[in-house]
Formats: sequence, C-alpha cells, structure tokens
Amino acid sequence: MAQMERAVARSFDLGRLRDEWLGNTRSDLIAGLVVALALIPEAIAFSIIAGVDPKVGLYASFSIAVLVAITGGRPGMISAATAATAVLMVTLVKEHGLQYLLATTILAGLLQIGAGVLRLGRAMRFVSRSVMTGFVNALAILIFMAQIPELIGVPAATYPLVARGLAILYQLPRYTKAVPAPLVCLLVITAVVTALGIDIRTVSDMGELPDALPVFLLPDIPLTLETLMIILPYAAGVAAVGLLESLMTASIVDELTDTTSDKNRECVGQGIANVATGFMGGMAGCAMIGQSIINVQSGGRGRLSTFSAGVFLLILVVFLGDLVGIIPMPALVAIMIMVSIGTFSWSSLRKMREHPPSSSIVMVATVAGVVGTHNLAIGVLIGVLLSGIFFAGKIAQIFRVRSSLSEDGTTRTYVVEGQLFFASAEDFLTAFDFGEVLDRVVIDLTEAHIWDISSVAALDTVVLKFRREGAEVELLGLNRASETIVDKLAVHDKPGALADPLAH
Amino acid sequence: MSNQILTCIDGSIYSASVADHAAWAAGRLKASVQLLQVLGRREASSADRSGRMVAGARRQLLEQLADLDAERAKLLRSQARLDLEEAEARLRDAGVEDVTPVLRNGDLLETLLALEETAAMTVVGKRGEAADFAQLHLGSNLERILRTAQKPVLVASRAFQPITACLVAFDGQQTAIRAVEAMACSPLFQGLETTLVLAGDATDAARRSLDAAEKTLTDAGFAAKSVVRPGSPITVIPAELQETAAGILVMGAYSHSRLRTLVIGSTTSEMIRACRVPIMVYR
Repeated sequence: MAQMERAVARSFDLGRLRDEWLGNTRSDLIAGLVVALALIPEAIAFSIIAGVDPKVGLYASFSIAVLVAITGGRPGMISAATAATAVLMVTLVKEHGLQYLLATTILAGLLQIGAGVLRLGRAMRFVSRSVMTGFVNALAILIFMAQIPELIGVPAATYPLVARGLAILYQLPRYTKAVPAPLVCLLVITAVVTALGIDIRTVSDMGELPDALPVFLLPDIPLTLETLMIILPYAAGVAAVGLLESLMTASIVDELTDTTSDKNRECVGQGIANVATGFMGGMAGCAMIGQSIINVQSGGRGRLSTFSAGVFLLILVVFLGDLVGIIPMPALVAIMIMVSIGTFSWSSLRKMREHPPSSSIVMVATVAGVVGTHNLAIGVLIGVLLSGIFFAGKIAQIFRVRSSLSEDGTTRTYVVEGQLFFASAEDFLTAFDFGEVLDRVVIDLTEAHIWDISSVAALDTVVLKFRREGAEVELLGLNRASETIVDKLAVHDKPGALADPLAH
Repeated sequence: MSNQILTCIDGSIYSASVADHAAWAAGRLKASVQLLQVLGRREASSADRSGRMVAGARRQLLEQLADLDAERAKLLRSQARLDLEEAEARLRDAGVEDVTPVLRNGDLLETLLALEETAAMTVVGKRGEAADFAQLHLGSNLERILRTAQKPVLVASRAFQPITACLVAFDGQQTAIRAVEAMACSPLFQGLETTLVLAGDATDAARRSLDAAEKTLTDAGFAAKSVVRPGSPITVIPAELQETAAGILVMGAYSHSRLRTLVIGSTTSEMIRACRVPIMVYR
C-alpha cells in the first residue's frame, strides 16, 4: 500500500513530470519527427495486414502514441499500431468486420488496465531471455511474411523499386545521419514512379486515408453476450500480446537508456490508450521494439518524443493526405523489410551453437509456435512452458540417494540429498530397494528439500512400501522447509491413512 | 536525534558556499557532516537521425550508448571526486572534524531521501550546476527537494556571510509555528538577534499567534522581537531583511497543494528567489 502511494506520489511529482516531459525538449522533438516519418509506412502496412483501411492504423498510431506518452510508465518508448496485434485480428476482421475490431480494441484495453491494477507486470519474470529472443525473431518473421503478398504476383517493376528503396535505406546513413532515410526512400521512390509513369499499386489503392481529425464514435455492434463471446478471445490475445511486447520493449529501453520504468503503470497506460483508440476508430496497438530503438537512436528520451511522434504523424497524414496516397507500395515494402531485418536478433542464430540446447529449443519453439499460429501469445506460452519444463529437468538432476547397511544386516540407512519435487519423484522411488529384507529402514532427509505434493506422495509411498514389508521406518532430519510442507501435505502423519494394520 | 548534517554539492559555484554554510551549522550544532554528491542520469545521446535499423540494431545501439556513457561517467566521477575533496578540505579548514564524503550514482531525490533519514538537517545550494544563473531561476532540483524532504533544509545563498541576526517569516500557518518551535529547541539560532515578521494585516488571531511565537523564542533565551508589516510577503520580507541586516531567513515549507502551486506559484519558491540570504526551511 505504502509502495502504491509512493508510486502515485511519484507520478504527480511536478519536478519529475517536468523532467520526463521537458528534460530533453530539442532532441525529443527531433526524434519524434524521425519516428513519425517511420511510423507512417508502418501504420499503413499494419492496417493492410489486419485487412482494414490505412486510416484505422494511422488514427490508432496517433492516439496510442499521444495517450501512452501521457499515461505510460516508460518515457521515451514508442507505442502505436503494431504488427503483433494486427496479425491477431485478421480473421476477426474477415469474418465480422471493422466494428468488431474496434470493440475488441476497447475490450483489450480494459483487460490491460485490469492487468495493470492487479500488478501482473510481475508475471514477466517467467518469460525467459530465450522466449523473448524467440518473440522478437517471430515478430520479425511475421512482419516480413506480411510483405510477401506485395512481392508475389505483382508487376515486375516492383522488384527494382524495392531494391532501390533498400539501397537508399542502407546506403544513405553512411553519407549523412542528419536526414531520415525512410523519408528519402519514400520521396525518391514516389518521384521515380511518378516521373516514369510506372503503373504500380499505391497506398490509396489499399483503402481510405484519414482526411480529418479523428472523432469519438461508438462501435456499431449489438451489445449482446454473443458479441462478447466473439470478441473476448481476440481481445484476450491482443491484451496479452500487447502487454508482452510493451513490457519487453520497456525493458529494452530501460537497458538502452540505463534508467528504470514503472511496468504496472505501463500496463494501465497501454490499456487506457487502447480503450480510447477503439472509440476513435483505431485498431489496437502496443509498444514497438523497432520504433523505440529508432527513437533512442535519434536522441529521444522523454515523454515528449512519443507525444510529438503521434502529433507529427497526424499532422503529416491529415494535411499531406493526398501525397501519402500516391506513395507506391514498393517503398513501404522496402521500409518494412528494413524493420524486419533490424528487429530480428541475428546474434541469436550465431549463439545457438554456444548456448545450451535447451535454451535454443525454447527459442526455436517460440518462433515455430508463432509462425505456425500467427499468434504471438501462443508462441510465448509454448516457450514459457518449455523453459519451465527444462528448468525443472535441470533442477531434478540435483538429487542423489546413497545407502549403507548396518553391520548386523538388519538396518539400512538411505541418505537423500538434493531437490525432491515432481520431476525427481520418479528417481526417488526407484532409488529404494524394497526387495531387501530389513528390520529397520532409516531415511535421512537432512540434506534434502521437499517441494511439493508429488514428492510428499513419493515419500509416503516409500514409507508405506517398507512398512508393508514389515520394516520399521524412521525419517530423519526433515529440514525446516521440508517439515512445513510435509506437515501440510503428508498422509502418513495422519491417523487412519494406512489400510494395512500390519505396519503399526 | 542524530547529529549529522547532510550536505549536497554538485560542483557548481554554490558548492563552496554550501560547504561554508554546512560548516557554520556543524559548528553550532556540534554535528558531523556527510558530504553527498549524486551523479545523476548520464544523458548520452547519439545524434543519428537517419531512422535506420541495421541488422542487430539493438545490440549495436546499446554498445554505442554504453561506450558514450562509460566515457562520461569516468569524467564525471573524477570531477566529482575533486569537488568532494575540495569541499571536504573547506569544511576541515573551517574546523569540522568529522566529514564523510559520499559519492553515489542515481536519482538525486531518491538518494537524498534515503540518506536524510539518518541526518538532522540537509544543506543544499540555491541552484545547481545545470541551472541558469539568471537571477530568477531556481535550481530544478531545489523545489523537489523542499517538497519531499522530511528534515529541515538549509538553502545556501551564493556566498557565505557571517550571520549575526535572523529573520523569521511568520504567516501564522502550522508550518511556521512548527518552525519557531524547532528553532527554540535547536542551538542553531541561539544567540542570534531574532525578528519575527508577519506580512499583511494583523488580525487578532494572527497577532495572538505571533505573540505566542515570540514568547516561545524568548522563553528559550532568544533576544526576539516581532513586527507586523502590511503588504505581500514577497515585498515585505526582502525589505525587512535589509533593514534588520539579518543574515538568515527562517520559514515554513510549502503549505499549499500542488495544484494551487501549479496555477499561481508558491510563496516559498518566490521567497527563495527574492531573498539573497540563506534560508532555513522547516516542514
């Protein structure tokens, strides 16, 4: 509670607010502009992925960026319409249409606010490094795959244009870092296409562009339980993926800027932004890894950078809408290919040989899960489960049973060492020789840790089996941790647990 | 109560004055001094506006920023050590025996709050290294410190002058009454000629609490008198400072809500801006 009060006090601390907003004004504004220029092609591309008009993604990017700038917990992080959330809503849009997407966006936002209030940001610690790498790689692959329809079965002129675009994006920064390469790419390709009169698809062919500022509107859907059942699974996926990518991006920005962020506030901020965005006719979004890196690279640190990125985006799109419409698709495709290449963690491929196989398997399984289902949440779930299983498997190795027979051959002492839990219970059971005829069995657990009911049940089984053979069983040195769990969970301490009276 | 004075320096021209003020307080309180310098956020920033994302962009950027940071951190650190040594020498010259220099990375406010718990009071400069020296500009950290500090804060002026008289800005508010009570039982102000000033109209209630405050001080052995001056505190107090040749001002801290402060500004900040003497702010 006291911690919460401090957190609230911190977010209303004027000095801190001033620092977060105005501490870096000039660089933030410039970075905001660079980011806005890179956001426009992405917002359009992600709208196309989701199967909606470009204006849905552009409005969303504006409103999410501006609202997260105010409400988020990580200054300097860029949030907007994203590929991760867009791919989740493809079938929803196909089957039910745009209005359901807006409703899903609002519901996803509400779920995220709930997650933030319940402080679920802490759950991020169960997502291991390998799963995160898998997530990032899968995201890069998804972004790239989304470009494939623009590269197959299109006029032949597309290929040289994409190649030209990529050349500009990668070569230009070698000569000057003062001009945003994506902007030059858009301008040059557009100029070439217009000058040569090449007949090729443009942004305006992809759907409606914004022609006015966004307005508040209620999604046109029936407010029934049936509707809820349609949108809930999508909203849950969007909420989970959005938070995952946002929290992951937040820790990347934390790392890059050597500062800290408020993860739970970020959850609530993302939620508020999505709720408002749904009412403004925008699609759900979250933090963007690539754009946040570009922002930090361009010198953006404060909330103003995110805010200005959103505002610049809207100004550019609304007032230069006609110009945005004539941007040829190959220019966008080139930019998205750059984003996907930049997002992919290439070092993870090299490190697959150095890292233990289990972590590489987790990473690959996460990627495979995402690419197979087009759902980042499922991929991450697979990754988290696998890493949990691998971890249990590793810890289960820290387990050993030794035994010694007394001189008269009637008493055997088993010494159990290590971690006793579900994964090692099997080994525990097989370590005892129940065929041996003994008067007394001593099981020394001084060096063991009993973690769960599986191990308690295993211990019960061992004790019962020895008693059935007529041996007296003595348990030694259950250490404190083991004692508490045995007291709570064990059967053999309680009367009437044993069916066979012989054992008493 | 602990007998340690937390002294914050940052290598600005105020550092010497802060050390002098700390020495003055330490001498009077027979206290030890903890000299604190906090190395804040390092703002390494690349000027790459190309908006490009090369393969492995994140790693590359991280390494680049880390290198820039490391370079700056080393520079800052050696400068900070020099600043601390200089301030420590100044304090020792002034006769303070027990001086502990502390150099920390992190947020100034958080560090300050953590260390303040074991201190009797805090000494800070009116503005810091980064602040504009235009007269009306306060250090950006000062208001934050004054708002969050739980212990009294002595705000050092630009240069230390010997202090013989003391002025108390008394507004009848709870914080001002507490400030007077704290003064009465501290050796810090003992023996200084003390004047209590009430700016504005002397209502009966205000008059009564002014008299009570004066009595608290005289009972504690102060040579105290009280005056009422019509007008706004912002004009009255600086004028009165000149008149009484007081070398230090005592006042209660921010008593208004943040919202009000945001809209109309705070008297405390105004006062600190307007007065050229050190100011002791009590909570």
